[in-house]
Amino acid sequence: MASTLISNPVANSSDRARESSKKKKKRRSQSARDQSANTTQSRIAIPWKSEAQQQAYSSKLLQAIRQVRLGSSAPAAPRRRGGAVREAADRVLAAAAKGRTRWSRAILTNRLKIKFMKNRRQRVAVTASSRLKKPRVSILRLKCKNLSTVQRKARVLGRLVPGCRKQSLPVVLEEVTDYIPALEMQIRAMAALAELLSGSASGSSSVSQLGASRPSFS
Amino acid sequence: MSNRRSRQSAGVSRITDDQIIELVSKLQQLLPEIRNNRRSNKVSASKVLQETCNYVRSLHKEVDDLSERLSQLLATIDAESPEASIIRSLIM
Repeated sequence: MASTLISNPVANSSDRARESSKKKKKRRSQSARDQSANTTQSRIAIPWKSEAQQQAYSSKLLQAIRQVRLGSSAPAAPRRRGGAVREAADRVLAAAAKGRTRWSRAILTNRLKIKFMKNRRQRVAVTASSRLKKPRVSILRLKCKNLSTVQRKARVLGRLVPGCRKQSLPVVLEEVTDYIPALEMQIRAMAALAELLSGSASGSSSVSQLGASRPSFS
Repeated sequence: MSNRRSRQSAGVSRITDDQIIELVSKLQQLLPEIRNNRRSNKVSASKVLQETCNYVRSLHKEVDDLSERLSQLLATIDAESPEASIIRSLIM
């Protein structure tokens, strides 16, 4: 304290300059934080509950599913094709999120990774699974013992949300807050589509059903 | 004390407990399980997280089932049938 007082007359201007720059930096970081808060706010603002969003999703989903069907010209096993439909549905959902959220980006990048790793992963699984499985489990269990219940649950939740496996609690919370309504919208759209398709098989359907939402979720 | 410890172990320096509480309460409103029983308006964070896990799992399951159903439905619809033309008109 005293030294600053003594040196004050000499380094007055530079000190002041430094201080003002510090203040500026502080202000800037403050505003940056505000901005980031704003972006997280706007990130969540994709209107998953709106009818228009669901309609757009439905038509894109239909398109994607049809491509799945065209793509699998060879008769694949039915279980496998259900997986392909799901993958397409998730991909379209992620695209609808416009890459603003971590989970949507994770879905889009995962797909590339899976495509790339497909051959390698099988080989690794064969050689390494028998050796690695046991110690890994016990290590995980040890780690879990040290965590509080909230954090343990946050970790479980992080594994359920794409791209949140190793994220901190607030990130997981934010992502899941966006992810749940997105999933609900996906389910509404897929259910409506299934209804439409099964209805069209019996000949008693209308196109307008596509946008109709199931009320149970809203 | 416990606050400080939990924050330290979470490795979160900038995000306050208030923000986490806000996020949890926002999340809480999305869960039908908790939203529906109004009488217990005070729910612990771990309960909310547990319910969230259950709910996300059930949603995933539903998406799986619907994917299955859709793929079966698509397999039954012939590309040249009038149903296919309905679908095509939806896409265009």
